[in-house]
Amino acid sequence: MSKKPLLEFNQNGIYCAAGDFYIDPWRPVNDAVISHGHSDHAKWGHKKYLAHTLSREILYYRLGEINLETMDYGESRVKNGVKITFYPAGHIPGSAQIRVEYKGEIWVFSGDYKTEDDGLCAPFEPVKCHSFISECTFGMPVYKWAPQKEIFDGINSWWSQNQEEGKTSVLAGYSLGKAQRILQNLDMNLGKVYTHGVIQNSNEALIRNGINLYETTRITPETTKEELKGNMVICPPSAVGTPWMRKMLPYSFGYCSGWMAIRGAKKRRAADRGFVLSDHADWDGLISSIKATECDTVYLTHGSTASFSRYLQGIGYDARESKTLYGNEEEADLEKEGSNL
Amino acid sequence: MKKFAQLFLSLDETNKTNEKIKVIKEYLLSVSDADKINMLALFTGRKPKRPINATQLKQWALELSEIPEWLFKESYDVVGDLAETLSLLLPEPQHQQDRSLSSWVEEIKSLRKLSDEGKKEWLLDSLDQMERQEKFVFLKLLTSSFRVGVSQSLVVKAISQISGLETPTLTHRIMGNWEPETFSYQDLTAEEDGTTDISRPYPFFLAYPIQETSEIKKSAEELQIALGNATEWQAEFKWDGIRAQLIKRADEIFIWSRGEELATDKFPELHPFMLNLPNGTVLDGEILAFKENQPLPFNILQTRIGRKTISKKMLVDNPVAFIAYDVMEFENLDLRSKSQEDRRKVLEQIQSSSTHQEIFRISEIITANDWEKLAIAREQAREMMAEGLMLKRKTATYQVGRKRGDWWKWKIDPLSVDAVMIYAQKGHGRRADLYTDYTFAVWDGDKLVPFAKAYSGLTDKEIAKVDNFIKRNTLERFGPVRTVKPELVFEIGFEGINRSSRHKSGIALRFPRILRWRIDKKKEEADTLESLILLLQE
Repeated sequence: MSKKPLLEFNQNGIYCAAGDFYIDPWRPVNDAVISHGHSDHAKWGHKKYLAHTLSREILYYRLGEINLETMDYGESRVKNGVKITFYPAGHIPGSAQIRVEYKGEIWVFSGDYKTEDDGLCAPFEPVKCHSFISECTFGMPVYKWAPQKEIFDGINSWWSQNQEEGKTSVLAGYSLGKAQRILQNLDMNLGKVYTHGVIQNSNEALIRNGINLYETTRITPETTKEELKGNMVICPPSAVGTPWMRKMLPYSFGYCSGWMAIRGAKKRRAADRGFVLSDHADWDGLISSIKATECDTVYLTHGSTASFSRYLQGIGYDARESKTLYGNEEEADLEKEGSNL
Repeated sequence: MKKFAQLFLSLDETNKTNEKIKVIKEYLLSVSDADKINMLALFTGRKPKRPINATQLKQWALELSEIPEWLFKESYDVVGDLAETLSLLLPEPQHQQDRSLSSWVEEIKSLRKLSDEGKKEWLLDSLDQMERQEKFVFLKLLTSSFRVGVSQSLVVKAISQISGLETPTLTHRIMGNWEPETFSYQDLTAEEDGTTDISRPYPFFLAYPIQETSEIKKSAEELQIALGNATEWQAEFKWDGIRAQLIKRADEIFIWSRGEELATDKFPELHPFMLNLPNGTVLDGEILAFKENQPLPFNILQTRIGRKTISKKMLVDNPVAFIAYDVMEFENLDLRSKSQEDRRKVLEQIQSSSTHQEIFRISEIITANDWEKLAIAREQAREMMAEGLMLKRKTATYQVGRKRGDWWKWKIDPLSVDAVMIYAQKGHGRRADLYTDYTFAVWDGDKLVPFAKAYSGLTDKEIAKVDNFIKRNTLERFGPVRTVKPELVFEIGFEGINRSSRHKSGIALRFPRILRWRIDKKKEEADTLESLILLLQE
């Protein structure tokens, strides 16, 4: 008789039967361990939440009054003999890989992760395990990121060129994680940074959580066109093309996303500039991370799961596709942000 | 070529016409004249012949990338462009170079002499000296598609601003048969046109469509308001053939198609009358399949397009004639600044003195004093094998390109059919990872038979919705093609319909395109094959 796996995928989320808890469940459950604050991973309606300390304020901001317990990287909790430990995932502030250990068997759920140190969140640490549950949003070899310094040099010189042309720079990126990563890497000598309300709310939540961020100014109905001129505006993708943008005219609009690596995708966005900046691991990052875990089995939750699992099988892994509801962080954020505009 | 690669990138990075022109100007001002004319050649479709075929190119480049072939294929499906896919998959270069565009193009042209082994060595060596963007542009030069997303008119504008020459002059000068080896940047921008190219055509004047759909027709009053008195217009049938420019200069003849392709050899029956034309004559008109003084459907003509040699049998079975409707040059004089009426007189004089009037025909003028009469004439167009009417202002000069105001095409109702989408495939370029290419079917009894493929006509928003539907409703996959649950109904417009033994349905449509998504219709309401067969003009 084959024994029941330590973690399994069911209709509610990733379930640990031995510990009777869920990881990043998408339906309401009793006991949820949350990898990070993006809305496709942290859903509303669970009775209990366990998340990283730096996710605290963002979870309260996004989910309201919840029963939340937090812990730091390296700390552990034991549920029914199952040991749960957090390790940095490098995706956004507070993002954790969740290590689950029971009777000598070790599983790691990566959540979303990236391997480059972005200077904002604790850098990714590979964790040795038997089974690794990984994302593979960019699990195709055409996705290879340049070092972020190169990208930000490009962003800063674009900003200064826009200034010369009397334009406002508008940069779109996810409101949690990407927006702050952009902010912390801008050349603050160039001018002031303004934010869309949704991003300012995320910034304030992170600051309440003790994270240091550069000063930004919230755009309100009173903000004038003149004061924006030549400065930088950071907004969520959902604000692009709405009347809200009129105040920034004349502007140049840049979009920060890993999808910008492909010309076709870039053109569809109709951005003036596409900056290839992702908070997910690229092809090489995924492969090196998986190798570093020294695991035997890889479960792929979302992204190019079919191609990537086939590739991993080719190099000797027991790689499987798992059906989850992750990967719609943009879509989920759009809904969320739409209601907060 | 680094500057050229940067130009390509900068053009990609802006949607604004003025910025594109600015970027092109900056490029032109920063490179040699040889690079300028090479750039112009590439941007106007004068690409060097492909020295390495796509299979070899892919195979050799793949050896460098160290990924399995299936993964390359899937990567290509995501990216949608061979050159871009390879540029993303190839390793970082180990060497450097800073050679000019013209020196690379020259080398590419000389490659054909090399053996396969020599080509491969050259390719791998070259790729190892280029950063990603340069690699991409370089591979674009080596593969078939070099679409830049910049219209010729933008390049012409940039050169106009730099050289001070008018855009119509430049547009004319860059037409015809030239290559960077035979036509220099100095030739292009010289004060006096010093061309020795006797084959050079004039830019075609193109008509604007009068916007109508099957439901909204323009009334006579509306036309009166929009266009003035009918008597100010010269009306003719809009012939359904191949637009062509016929040139006779210095005892030589040339036939140019609208796509600037030289098609002289394809229409030998036109040669005798052309050779009889006075030197220095350029005519504009339509080539049609024509037999016993009757025009034949377009598909008869189609059998002759795309053939390298025209057999005697084909000349007998599918003969062509030329219906002239304009003259741009007579007695070596450029007549384009004369009025439509004056040019017409010259044309009538040329045609009436021809001894080959069965082949060299003239597009008859439809006399009508008001719009009601013209509307009636338009209704008869299909019987005449015409697509509708052409309206040309009697005072109009012969202009360059598609200009609004003086030439209008007033087509008969577009033919259309409601059909069900059954297969989908990913698009290319801008739509690379979306399902945008669809196959449509109509009912044959209780079965859906595919009869047409179409990929244009939907808005980006609709495409996104359809793409989503396809991803959630895939029944089967065959390589890049997905079989989709038959559910969505679209109205497909087309220009003509013919019998076809090559298609399952037995029919082939000309220019099928999606007119709109019929969200209001269920799949049962789609049309039948029978109704399509009834449209066959037999």
